[in-house]
Parts: sequence; C-alpha cells; structure tokens
Amino acid sequence: MTANVWLFIAQLATIAVILVLVYRPLGDYMAMVFTSPKNLRVERGFYRLIGVNAASEQSWPAYLRSILAFSAVGILVVYAMQRVQEILPYSLGLPATSEHLSFNTAISFVTNTNWQSYSPDVTLGYTVQFAGLAVQNFVSAAVGIAVAVALVRGFAYKRSGTIGNFWVDMTRSTLRILLPFSVLAAIILLAGGVIQNFSGFQDVSTIAGGSATIPGGPVASQEAIKLLGTNGGGFFNANSAHPFENPTPWTNMVQILLMLVIPFALPRTFGRMVGDNRQGLAIAGTMATLFAVSVSLMTWAELHGAGTAPQLAGAAMEGKEDRFGIIGSTIFGTTSTITSTGAVNSMHDSFTSLGGGMAMLNIMLGELAPGGVGSGLYGILMIAIIAVFVAGLMVGRTPEYLGKKIGAREMKLASLYILATPTLVLAGTALSFAIPAVRSDVTSTSIWNPGLHGFTEVLYAFTSAANNNGSAFAGLTANTPWFNTALGVAMLLGRFLPIVFVLALAGSLAKQDRVPVTNGTLPTHRPQFVVLLLGVIVIVTALTYFPVLALGPLAEGLL
Amino acid sequence: MSTTTETPRITPTPDDGTGPGQRPSTKASSSAFSFAQLVAALPGAFRKLDPRQMVRNPVMFIVEVGAALTTLIAIAEPFIGRADSAGQPLAPSFTVGIAIWLWITVLFANLAESVAEGRGKAQAQSLRATRTSTLARRVIQYSQTDASAEATAIEEVSSADLTLGDVVVVVAGEVIPGDGDIIFGIASVDESAITGESAPVVREFGGDRSAVTGGTRVLSDRVVIRITSKPGETFVDRMIRLVEGASRQKTPNEIALNILLASLSIVFLVVVLTLNPMASYAGGVNSIPVLIALLVCLIPTTIGALLSAIGIAGMDRLVQHNVLAMSGRAVEAAGDVTTLLLDKTGTITYGNRRATEFVTVGGATLTQLVSVARLSSLSDPTPEGSSVVTLAEQMGHTEESVAGAVIVPFTAQTRMSGLDLPDGSQLRKGAGSSVASWVGSVSPALLAELTSVETRISQSGGTPLVVATRDSTGKARVLGVIHLKDVVKEGLRERFADLRAMGIRTVMITGDNPLTAKAIAAEAGVDDFLAEATPEDKMELIKKEQAGGNLVAMTGDGTNDAPALAQADVGVAMNTGTSAAKEAGNMVDLDSDPTKLIDIVRIGKQLLITRGSLTTFSIANDVAKYFAIIPAMFAGVFPGLAVLNIMGLHSPASAILSAIIFNALVIIALIPLALKGVKYRAVSASSVLSRNLLVYGLGGIIVPFIGIKLIDLIVSLIPGF
Amino acid sequence: MSTISGQFRHTWTAIRALAILTVVLGIIFPLAITAIGQVAFPAQANGSLVKVDGKVVGSSLIGQSWVDADGNALPEWFQSRPSAAGDGYDGGASSGSNYGPENPDLIQAIKDRQAAISASDGVSVAQIPADAVTASGSGLDPHISPAYALLQVDRVAKARGLDAADVKSLVESKIQGRDLGYLGEPTVNVLQLNIALSTLK
Repeated sequence: MTANVWLFIAQLATIAVILVLVYRPLGDYMAMVFTSPKNLRVERGFYRLIGVNAASEQSWPAYLRSILAFSAVGILVVYAMQRVQEILPYSLGLPATSEHLSFNTAISFVTNTNWQSYSPDVTLGYTVQFAGLAVQNFVSAAVGIAVAVALVRGFAYKRSGTIGNFWVDMTRSTLRILLPFSVLAAIILLAGGVIQNFSGFQDVSTIAGGSATIPGGPVASQEAIKLLGTNGGGFFNANSAHPFENPTPWTNMVQILLMLVIPFALPRTFGRMVGDNRQGLAIAGTMATLFAVSVSLMTWAELHGAGTAPQLAGAAMEGKEDRFGIIGSTIFGTTSTITSTGAVNSMHDSFTSLGGGMAMLNIMLGELAPGGVGSGLYGILMIAIIAVFVAGLMVGRTPEYLGKKIGAREMKLASLYILATPTLVLAGTALSFAIPAVRSDVTSTSIWNPGLHGFTEVLYAFTSAANNNGSAFAGLTANTPWFNTALGVAMLLGRFLPIVFVLALAGSLAKQDRVPVTNGTLPTHRPQFVVLLLGVIVIVTALTYFPVLALGPLAEGLL
Repeated sequence: MSTTTETPRITPTPDDGTGPGQRPSTKASSSAFSFAQLVAALPGAFRKLDPRQMVRNPVMFIVEVGAALTTLIAIAEPFIGRADSAGQPLAPSFTVGIAIWLWITVLFANLAESVAEGRGKAQAQSLRATRTSTLARRVIQYSQTDASAEATAIEEVSSADLTLGDVVVVVAGEVIPGDGDIIFGIASVDESAITGESAPVVREFGGDRSAVTGGTRVLSDRVVIRITSKPGETFVDRMIRLVEGASRQKTPNEIALNILLASLSIVFLVVVLTLNPMASYAGGVNSIPVLIALLVCLIPTTIGALLSAIGIAGMDRLVQHNVLAMSGRAVEAAGDVTTLLLDKTGTITYGNRRATEFVTVGGATLTQLVSVARLSSLSDPTPEGSSVVTLAEQMGHTEESVAGAVIVPFTAQTRMSGLDLPDGSQLRKGAGSSVASWVGSVSPALLAELTSVETRISQSGGTPLVVATRDSTGKARVLGVIHLKDVVKEGLRERFADLRAMGIRTVMITGDNPLTAKAIAAEAGVDDFLAEATPEDKMELIKKEQAGGNLVAMTGDGTNDAPALAQADVGVAMNTGTSAAKEAGNMVDLDSDPTKLIDIVRIGKQLLITRGSLTTFSIANDVAKYFAIIPAMFAGVFPGLAVLNIMGLHSPASAILSAIIFNALVIIALIPLALKGVKYRAVSASSVLSRNLLVYGLGGIIVPFIGIKLIDLIVSLIPGF
Repeated sequence: MSTISGQFRHTWTAIRALAILTVVLGIIFPLAITAIGQVAFPAQANGSLVKVDGKVVGSSLIGQSWVDADGNALPEWFQSRPSAAGDGYDGGASSGSNYGPENPDLIQAIKDRQAAISASDGVSVAQIPADAVTASGSGLDPHISPAYALLQVDRVAKARGLDAADVKSLVESKIQGRDLGYLGEPTVNVLQLNIALSTLK
C-alpha cells in the first residue's frame, strides 16, 4: 500500500509539473490566438470561401445562431453518413445504422459528448469514423472553446454590443490550436504503438494453432483529437483500454495529459484576456484542488477494493488492464470524467461501488475541474458567478465579478445554467422507471447488472449524456429506441441550453462597464475565493445529487 | 450651508455593532425583540396565510402548499389507511405532526414579516396624527405685488383640499397644512413631530431654509407658504408609507437573490419529484408526507422566510437614524457607494474658524498684539471674533472695553472690522491686503515678514487675520497676525480610515483655495479634495467618478445642490434644505447631519450582508438535514445507509419530524438577527467574508447537527416515534 | 437583415465551413498521419505485428487465448487473463465484462476460475493474483502480472517436460518493469513469453 501511495504521488506530481510548465505558454498562446487581429493566409482564404467578414464581431444572438446553424448542419451530415454507410468507401461491409442510433450518434459527436450506444468495432466503417466523427471531434471542441472565449470577452469588454465572431473563433481554435497539437499528439502516440492504417481486420494463425483477429484502422489520428478535444469517442469499443488505442503505461500518461492541457491552460487565457492573471490562477487552482481530491478518493476506493467480487479476487482488477494497473486506471478514469472526455481505459461499470460513484460524481460536479475544452472554463465561471453573488452580499456590496455587476439578469442566466443539467439527469432517469413500457424495457433489456448497480447504470447514462461526458457504465445496453432517443435529447439540451445561457450572459456582461476594484470589492484571486468556490461547487452538487447517489453507489457501497 | 447642531443622537458610537449614531432611546427599543412584539404581530401573521399573498414568496408558498397537502392526507389517513414509507411503518401521529409543523413554519415566516412591519406601524401612527385634516387659510389670488398677502382675500379650506401651487398663510400657533416653500416671512417652526427634535428651527423666505413640512407647527411670526406637494403625496404621507413598508418594492439585489432561491427551490422540487420513480426500482418508495418533509427541509426556507423582514428592517434602521430613504434601491445603492463627497464646512470642520495663535511682526510685543486683537473683537459677534476673545482671555488678557468706542463693522468693501476709540486711535483686523493698504506705507522688510507669516498660516490650512492700529497722531503700524484655523471635527480621521478599509474613497468639497483645502484634507484624512468648488464643479466631479464606474454619495441642502443630488447615486438631502433639494435626493436626513452619510453606507452594507449571511446559513443547513432524512427514508430498504445516520437519530419518523421542527424553529430564532442585522465592522471585504463564511457557512453546517439531535431527543419521547 | 434570412445565411456559411473542414480534418489530416506513420513508424502503425519464421502470428499488443477448439486451456502455454471480448480475445469485438462488484455472475465466475487454476496449477486460492481471475477492460490485454506468470511455471514446465528453473528464469527475463520506473505495473507479455517458450529446449 505504501508503495502504491508513492507511485500515485509520483504520477500526480508528473501531471502537476507538466501542467505547470505548459500553463503559461499555452494559455498566453491561446489568448493571443483569440485577441490577435491578424488572420493567417489560409484563414483568409477560408473566410472568403464561407463568406464571413473576419473583422466584424457578432452580437450574442448572432453568435448563438451561428453555433446553432453550424451544429445543426453537423448533426444532419453525421446522421446522413451513417444512414448511407454501406455505399461509402471503407465501410468494411457494415450496413447502415438504425434511425435512432444514427440520431443518437450524430448528436453525441456534435455535442462533444461522444456517447457510443454502439460497439464501433462492429458498427462503423472507416469513412464514417474519420470523415464524419473525427471532424466533429475537432469542431465540437472548437465550439466549446469559442463559447468560453465569448464569455471571457463578456468580462473583458466594456460597453460592447458584441462578443466576438464565432466563425473566427471556431476557425482559429481548429487551425491554430487543435490541429497542430493533434498532429504532434498523433505522432507521439504512433511512436508508442497506436496503429494508423487502412488494413481492416487481419486474421492470423497463432502459434498455439488457433486463430486471432488483428484489427486495423486510422486510429492514431482519431485518438489524438479524441483526447485533446476532450471528446472521448473511441475507435474501438474498449476505447483507451484497447491496446491499439493506448498501448503502454507511458502513452496512458500522454493521453491523460492530452485531456488536461487545454482545459487547464484556458484559465490562463481567461486571466490574460481580462487583464489579471491572478484571476486565472485562482480558477486553475480551484480546478487543481478539486481534481487532486477527486483522483485521490477514486484511487483510494479502487486500491481499497471494497465489494464482494474485488475482495474475492484480491483486488479490483475486473475491467482493468494489467499494464496500467489500478493507479493508471483511476487517474485516467478521474481525468476522463472530470474533463468531459468520457474515454475509458478501464470499465467503470466494474469499478468498486464508491470508485464508480466517484466517476459519476465527477460528471455531476458539472465537469469543471478542469472540464471539457471550453466547457470546463465556462462551467466554472457560471458557478463562480453564483459563488460571487452569495459572497458579494456577505461583504455588503452588490455582487460583482471582475468588475461586472451580478444583477437579476445575470443571476437568472447563471441559475438556469445550474438548473439545466440536473433537471435533465434526474428527469431522464426517473422517466426511465416511471413510464411502465419503458421501465420493463429498461429493466429487462438494457440493465446488465442486477440490483442497485443496474439503477446506477441508468443514472450514469443520463448523467453522462446531460453533461456531455460520454463515458458509461457500459454494461447498459443503450442501443434501444428509448435510450438512443432519451439520451440524444439529454445530450442535445445538455449542450445547447447551457450555451444559450452562457452566451446570453456574455452579451449582458459585455454591455456593462467595469466597476473599479476597491477595498470593498470581494477579491476573487485569493485562496479564500478558491475555498469559497470549491464549497459552492461541492455543496450545490451534493445537495442536488445526494439522494440519487444514496440510492445508487452509496447504498451499494455501504451494504 | 446648513447649520449643524451636535445633538446627542448623532454622537458617533463606533463600537456599537448596530452602527453608530443611533439614539440611545430607540436603540433600546429596536434591539429588544420582545415577546409582546411577537404576540402583537400574530394576527398579521395569520392574515398573511392567504395564498394570494403567499405566492409572492415562492419558497414559502411551496411550504404552504406542502402543509395543505399534508393536512389533507392527515385527515384522510384514518379512512384510507396509512401508507408505509419505504417499507417502514411510521408513527400514527407522524403525518399530523408534520402537518402541524409545516403550518408553524409558514406562520413563523409570516411572523417575521409581521414583526418587522409592526415596528414601523407605531411610528406611522404618530405620523398619521399630524396628518389629520387641519384648516388651511388659502390666499385666493396671490400676487407678487402683495407678497405678504395681507391685503389679499383669504378663504378657509381643509388641508386635504390643497393642491400644488396653492398659497396659504400660517401664523403662530397654527399647523402648517402641507409641504411647501416659504415665499414671504420668517418663522420659528416646531418640527418635532417629524424629527423628534424638540428645539424649534428657523424657516425663512429665500436661501436654503425655506422648506416647511406639513404637520409641523409655526411657533412665532407669520409666513406665506406656496404648497409644493399634491394631496396624499406629502412628505408625511410618503414617510408613513415607507415606515409601514406598504410601498416596499423589491430591490435589485433582492430580486436577484429571489431568482437564486427560486431556482434552488426548483432544483429540489425536481430532486423530490424524481425520487420515487427511481427509488421504486429498488422498492424504496416513500410516502407523500415524507417527500414533502424532505422538500421543505431542502428548499431555502430560512432565508425565504426572513427575506422581506430583512428588507423592512433595513429601511426601519434608517428611519431610526432619522433618515428617510425614498426607495429600498437607494438603501442598497448606499452599500455600494465607492466615493463619498463631503462638504468641508459643517461636515468635516465645525464650520467656523477659531483663533489658535497670535504672531507678532515688526517688533510689536505679544501683549500689544493680543490686547488690540481682543479689543477689536469684543464687539464682533461672529464665531471668529469670539474665538479671538476666548484665546486672548486664555492668555490672561481681560481688559474692559473702552466706553464710547465706535464699532466698525465688517463690510465686503473694507474687508476689515475693528474699533474707533474715543481718544482717536483706531484698531483694525482684517484681510492682509486690506489692512496693509489701510496702514499705508509699510517697509519692505515688514512686508516680507508679514507675507511669510501669512503664507505659513495659509499653507497650514488656516486663515491669517492681520491686526493693526493707528494712534491719535495718525501713525499706523502692523502689530501681527491672528491665526484662524478651521477646526476639524474630532474622530473623523478614524471614520475616514474605516471608510477606506471598506473601500470607500472620501472627497472633500470646499470653496477654499487649493492650499488651504490641501492642508485641511490632510488633517482630516480624506483621500482627495475639490477646492474652490462651484456647484458645476461638483456636478462635473460626480459625472467623472461615475464614468469611472464609481457609485457616488453626497449630501446637499441648497437649491443649487439639486442637480448634483439627482445625479449622485445616493443623494442625501438635509431636512433643513429647500424642497428642490429634497425632491432631487433619494434620501432625506431629518437631523440634517451631513456625517450621517457614513451611517447610511453602513446600514446599506449591513442590509446586504444580512441577506447574504442568512442565505449561506440556510443553504449550509441542508447538509445536516440530508444526513437526518436520507438514512431515515431509505435505511429500511438499504440497511447500509444507516451509517449515514451520523447523528444517531432515534427512528426514521423522529428524524424527519426533528428536521422539520428544527427548520421551523431556526426561523423564529433568527428573527432578531434579521431585524437587527448582522454585525458589521469596517474592515476589508476579504476579512468580512472570512468572518461571515466561518460564522454562517461553517456554523450553518454544524448548528443543525446539534439542533436536530437535541430535538430528536425530545421527539423520541413521544409514543410511537 | 431579418432573422429568417439571417438564419439562412448562417446555415449556408455553416454548410460551406463544414464541407471545407471535412476535407481538411476528415481526409487530409488522417491521410497525413497515415503517411507519417507508414514512413516513420511502420511497425507500430501497422499493429506491432509479431512474426515467427516470416509468418505473422499475432500482435505484441493484442492478447490471444491459449485454448483448444473447445475452449479448454492448453496447459503447455502460459495462459492469458480471462477475456470478455467475443468468445475470448476476439480482436474484432473488444470489450470488458462490465460486471459490477456485486454481480453474482462475476462472483461465481471468479470462484470457478480460482477453482480451475487451483486445480490445474496446484496452488491455493489465496496465492492466485487478481488479474488471473478477472477479465481486462479491453478483453485483449496482452499481459499478465509477473505473479500470474510465475504461478504457471510449474504447470507449463511439467506439460512441456522442461526444467521448471529454466522456465522460471525465462519468465523472469520477460518481466517488463514499470515505464520510467513508476508508470503502470510490471507485466509479462504472454505472446512474447510463449514464443520464447516454444524455442526453449
């Protein structure tokens, strides 16, 4: 156990050191990307082709309409590609997918969720994977960053009617951040053993006289953006547990870092753009603290290995790969669920009750430590507004954050934001059991594990979908009309309702002047604020989800 | 400028947690929260149960609906049978108990509001007495040619029939029939009905003391008044509405907080509504009363119940400070103020300069100088003059005035005053240049010496007054200089330091020259000053501050202050001021004490702090309630959850009931705090937050654990629980 | 600009943008990475294939099952972990079991596996490491723990008529330490061990 503690600390320290090293240069670089007036030659060509004037900024409704149009087109294209899969090249002979699965998958990848109701190995050909899904891996991440940057501009701008230009933000996110880093990441992963070919399935005879199937595919290119864009949709069913997606312990570490770099550097971008780096540091500090606590709890739960089966086997190794071990699995699992990635290198369904519960809790926290690319930053800023409001009253001032007053309109939008996802999670789960026909289908077809664990599978599915995570208690058979539809709706609303509120808030903040900082201003860059923000995040989540957590992981884990 | 009298009620008492400046008498009555008050408020609390009223407070409305629903179930239970909850039988009296305590919860919330309103009612009662219809003598056709209206026809009408623009005549002994401005005459007026101040005040035509308030009484002389208010909208009417809380509108922060509370309530409503379908999967379906109990415990009832009481009490605290805020918005804005504009005279200094030093020049002896200075001031009635006499006497000079001396009064032309003695010698004191020219030829050496003394005094913020004599032979000589000093009020430095800690910048406004202004600003400890200020400069400064995002507060009384008062975010008009000023400001200080601004800021902050702290407390309470209720709800089905019962509560039924009882009792326990306001210290925002987070955040988590456990110990004695 | 025509304009922009981005991100990017992979890392990019006598016998990254046609473990080979991929180590259907910690099927399976190993290898249940009785996340785990490998030494040696000490030292030579000394866990690659084993005389 002591050895494990040191191994855990060493790995966490590695992550910390690298993130600290990257924080400033990457954060500053991204700030430059979004504030620079210059366009690259290739970007200018692109803007001409799509008919956008890069110099003109948009009001928040226009920005929102652009996002909605872009996402709607994306959903339609991905849906259509799946429905005509058999006529596409490199389909591996796979047929078109069902309407409800195509609906679910299209929404899933456009909303940056990457929930997979299907087993990709046997469902999707290469063309749909790279020309449909992988493209959305890039642009859905770019949309997230764009929304976050728009919100940051809301804080940074004074008396402005605009919050930036979506097309410019999306293009720059893609071409200047995601694409170059993906190329780099793909090469590193290639070196580590991730495959990149178009060979299809290869059957070989083994030395024991049997046969084995070796899969192929353009995995490295998809893997890089899957993690960098906190998407999480694997090329293979086993996702990052698959040796061709994540071959070694060090590629595992690389993958963890890929998920964390952009979300952890964005607070720096935020601080930079609002002209106070300490503000970014406070946000990053909050994220880091929450991350460290969460990963420690999950690792403790898994190393402790409570539960009948783990105790019987001697360790919680069901669903985990030998090369990663328990620590490599929990750090990945925490990272994936707390960043909105949803990739897995071990099966969360087979985690101990409390360990799996932590994965779900990470998602319930709203995925903001550090959260998805962009969505993590705007998520934590929305909670910060709630925290600032209560704390601001407590110091006797009309609450303000970064010089922007938090009035009734701002409060309404922040409240709606925190209201949206819990409502989707709880209503979706409850409906799964409340509608008699659905209930019988859910309990007889979908639920895999008996007892409370089965309930947790359903709860996890809606939690993951509404928060756009994409990981699953994968025993659940989600490829049913109910789950494909309900989870599709949850993903859609769970993505775009918050974006509407965030952009509306950005618009309302941008209009305001900035109140100067005085002694009477609540300081939002000190450890005190970090503690406060953590308190609000944990309390708001705990109060919302405590009963369902009690019914699921807690009831199971405390038996 | 207003004349300020330091009365006991505005003596700062900085260590008083409820804010300085409260009258001792009202303090006693305000902080005491008596049983009698509760009883008096009870009927009002019951009246407020009307759902049409309750719906304005969504949180408490949910509780009321829950209470009604539980009551129906309690009534129906004997007939339809009692539903088990999650497989556990609950005590027969459980539903009844929950129903009763839910009603008590609603009642307590109403009680809080009722008590808060009750405090204003008494004040309103006495104000109403002044409003009783009096007879007004209206001038039928007032004309400027007969300004005193002595020759014009007069009719007698009821004061209620007076309209805007009417002109009335009021003589000694009569009650002024409505708000207005004196357009002719001078009178002493007893305004005690409004201000509580028994000393009469002088009101006269012209200048900044022309406004009179309906309901006050003229004690002497006769005045002609032009009515400036519409019937039913007089100052007293507005005051009554304010203290009664009838015209209370939700303030911006209150609206924002309500949104937060409503959305928290919605979240918990969703939590509770979705619980049974989910729990049904494992056979843990709970009965409706249990779910209602859970919901009521989770929604922020504590702050929901006390929110309006806090608002009313905040306005009430201002009224106790003799300040009338025209809207709650203004009170909140006061908490946000970042720049305070303070007039030097009357606010920062006593408003009259005092002699502090005699400086001889040209070889004159000190005795000569002091003696002459004293004699020349003996008949000078101004405060400056008497201060010279006082200082001279302190130095041992008590010469009698010379009989037959002729007083030479100060005029704007001569800028000197003094005495012509019977022997032909003349004594003069006055501004340096005037005295110098009166003396005639002054040697360059003496002039240089004089100038250097004058400069030194000016730079220290004082005013030099040159003293000279001319003997009977006509030979004149300069004796020296009197140092007149603007005396800064005691204790202000500390209060400005407090303000600085609170993040508020103070700016002194003065008509003095920049040199003098700078010296006084330094002495008083203000952050900035505006010298040689005209009303236009003042307006300019406010606009500049506001453009920088600052919220500005100021006081004013004159008509020329009106635009600035209107422009400022918090404009406090002095009650002695003109009606134009009172109309323009959003607060009126009945004591006409400019330093009151500081108290107003504190009250504004205290109001917000109380709301924020109780919100935090309310939400933090939920943690303990969960630990009481969740194991109680599900431990029957999932025995493992019993470990969450860390309080070791007796039984599921007693745990749930105890949580509900605690929830109700905490409301009543916090009413005094809601009315009195959370303690506020003038320190930085950061330390205020730390302290309040510790007390109301951490305290809010811990207190209910103890409270629920104690209540459970008692509830468990009830048979069946 | 009316909202409807505005929305149409947005949509038209979106269509063009997505079309261009699909070419860049969906076609050029994966092809470029494929080119880099095939040129710079051909072995890895093509699946880290393992050849014996010039014939591909598997991938060093993809676990295989060492069973006969009926699914019975072949005692002369080191066994991989239990697998939930298809019928076991199906490279076309990677998957974990997704059994929860309290799932009776899993509990039973662990008991059965422990009994089987105990019988075949003659060890007590307490000596059997966890990875020997649990399915991996991918179902294609190419590794086993050193403990599980060492546990199998006697059985394999006996089945092959080899000296147990030789087999043991072979296993020990095949133990891969943690990456950089602290990442992951020590493992033994079953395919590589068995290939080496097959050449052991």
